[in-house]
Amino acid sequence: MTPAKQAKQQLQSLPKCPTGIPGMDEITGGGLPKGRPTLIAGAAGCGKTLFAMEFLINGATQYDEPGVFVAFEENAEELAQNVASLGFDLKKLSKQKKLIIDHVRVERSEIEETGDYDLDGLFIRLGHAIDSIGAKRVALDTIEVLFSAFDNKGILRAELQRLFRWLKDKGVSAVITAERGEGTVTRFGLEEYVADCVITLDHRVTEQVSTRRLRIVKYRGTLHGTNEYPFLIGKNGISVLPITSLGLEHPTSTKRVSTGIKELDEMLDGKGFYRGSSILLTGTAGTGKSSISAAFVEAACQRGERCMYFAFEESTSQILRNMRSIGIDLAPHVKNGLLQFHVARPTVYGLEMHLVTMYDLIKEYKPQVVVLDPITDFFAVASQAEVKATITRIIDFLKTHQITALVTSYTSQNDNLDQTVVGVSSLIDTWLSLRNLEHHGERHRGLYVLKSRGMFHSNQIRSFRITDNGIQIGDMDLAKYQMESSTT
Amino acid sequence: MSVEKSKARTQPRKVSKTYELRLYVAGQTPKSLTAFANLKKICEEHLAGQYHIEVVDLLKHPQLASGDQILAIPTLVRKLPEPIKKIIGDLSNTERVLVGLNLREHKQD
Repeated sequence: MTPAKQAKQQLQSLPKCPTGIPGMDEITGGGLPKGRPTLIAGAAGCGKTLFAMEFLINGATQYDEPGVFVAFEENAEELAQNVASLGFDLKKLSKQKKLIIDHVRVERSEIEETGDYDLDGLFIRLGHAIDSIGAKRVALDTIEVLFSAFDNKGILRAELQRLFRWLKDKGVSAVITAERGEGTVTRFGLEEYVADCVITLDHRVTEQVSTRRLRIVKYRGTLHGTNEYPFLIGKNGISVLPITSLGLEHPTSTKRVSTGIKELDEMLDGKGFYRGSSILLTGTAGTGKSSISAAFVEAACQRGERCMYFAFEESTSQILRNMRSIGIDLAPHVKNGLLQFHVARPTVYGLEMHLVTMYDLIKEYKPQVVVLDPITDFFAVASQAEVKATITRIIDFLKTHQITALVTSYTSQNDNLDQTVVGVSSLIDTWLSLRNLEHHGERHRGLYVLKSRGMFHSNQIRSFRITDNGIQIGDMDLAKYQMESSTT
Repeated sequence: MSVEKSKARTQPRKVSKTYELRLYVAGQTPKSLTAFANLKKICEEHLAGQYHIEVVDLLKHPQLASGDQILAIPTLVRKLPEPIKKIIGDLSNTERVLVGLNLREHKQD
């Protein structure tokens, strides 16, 4: 392509080079700048090398763009081993001439400098590799190693500047990795030369839970999200989790589904929940949140819908036993494959890992109903803002896929509107509240619909009993009972 | 000066004092020509009759750059005697070239 033609094309819109990394292309509006260098900066162990490697592998396998990986730190064998666990077969790609891994080893001790030199050797070597497979993508990992190999920093800086210019002229999309510096993006100020796109990676540990984050510091000529995005290195490599990329464009359904409890259906306009809506169930301990969830799941299974139950407190067998005791037998549905339980302590891994695990499971199983019971425990592993963001993502995700979601949450006895619930309540379509009521030394349960969008619903507080034969909802003599907390 | 890669080795390994040197260049640039001239001069002065210079032009043989891990141009590689030594630059500082080639030591023994 002639430069003039290239310039003309850029005028229309900046061409992008998709990374193939889930989420990354969403936040960059299509990928990294095509035919230009991108700088990836981060401390050791942040996933820079993996990012660069995935960029090349995805290019070679998904976009028919062969790549050259210039490794200054690890050799081809080590790199192949490192990514083999993620399911990438570098040797096969090399054999197919889709990928070249060139290990540049610089041994300071055996080099003596006398007089003027340039880095033509590196240029020729790289050029040869690019031309031999018609590479469209290049990764330089980590080029800063050169700073310890050569004494003459003046020459080196001039040559690196020439190198990035040369890569642009070659029209290859390049990823250059660099160590993060103190107070600067990179230790040796490479960001001054690579001016088109700069991305930083970060790895933090808060409350013993580690989170990786990615931020686009700069992306010339394109709109991009400026937030920090959590990302994960999972079993399939890197995935970025953009929260803001989801719009409010999910389809809405007018179909209704039964709650599994006749009287509760009646409270909701006689028809139950909207399909694909999000339902929040709050209550103090022992008010029957899990029981209502189980009743809903049972009804869904009986309609032949697929359900997925994420339990964060109890084991599967414990839930099955407890529900059987109130006349809800879920075991047959588990057996015939309509119901799947997934049990995980919130503290086993970070929020993002939970999120991605859920995404993967849901995408694979394609349920129509998902239960999260309860979300409260997530506050043990992350800050309130983070939990809120995560729950927003889950709910958005479920809504876009038209999955009816039932989320349960604790509230403390006196605190009527728990902070956390306030955080997510705006996302919720139907909110059921369960209360303990005490009267004459007896404990009673009360249930009411706090809100339910798009339908006429009951304003009454109904009595709510859990019996051997399931859940019974009845009228409550309001004169006899008083809501324990009157702050509503 | 002819900038050509020649495979002919005069005295492989037999005499320990043989210096096998390889000069990597990229075309006949002033830097390469200076380096070659400087090298020739140093060798004649200090290693008369015990050296062999091979000039590799990477523009003609780009695939050879990886073998000796060549980044900088010009690079002089001392293949023999071992260990391998690399001297980058136009070899204008004779003192450092001699140190780089371990010629000081060689003279002593």
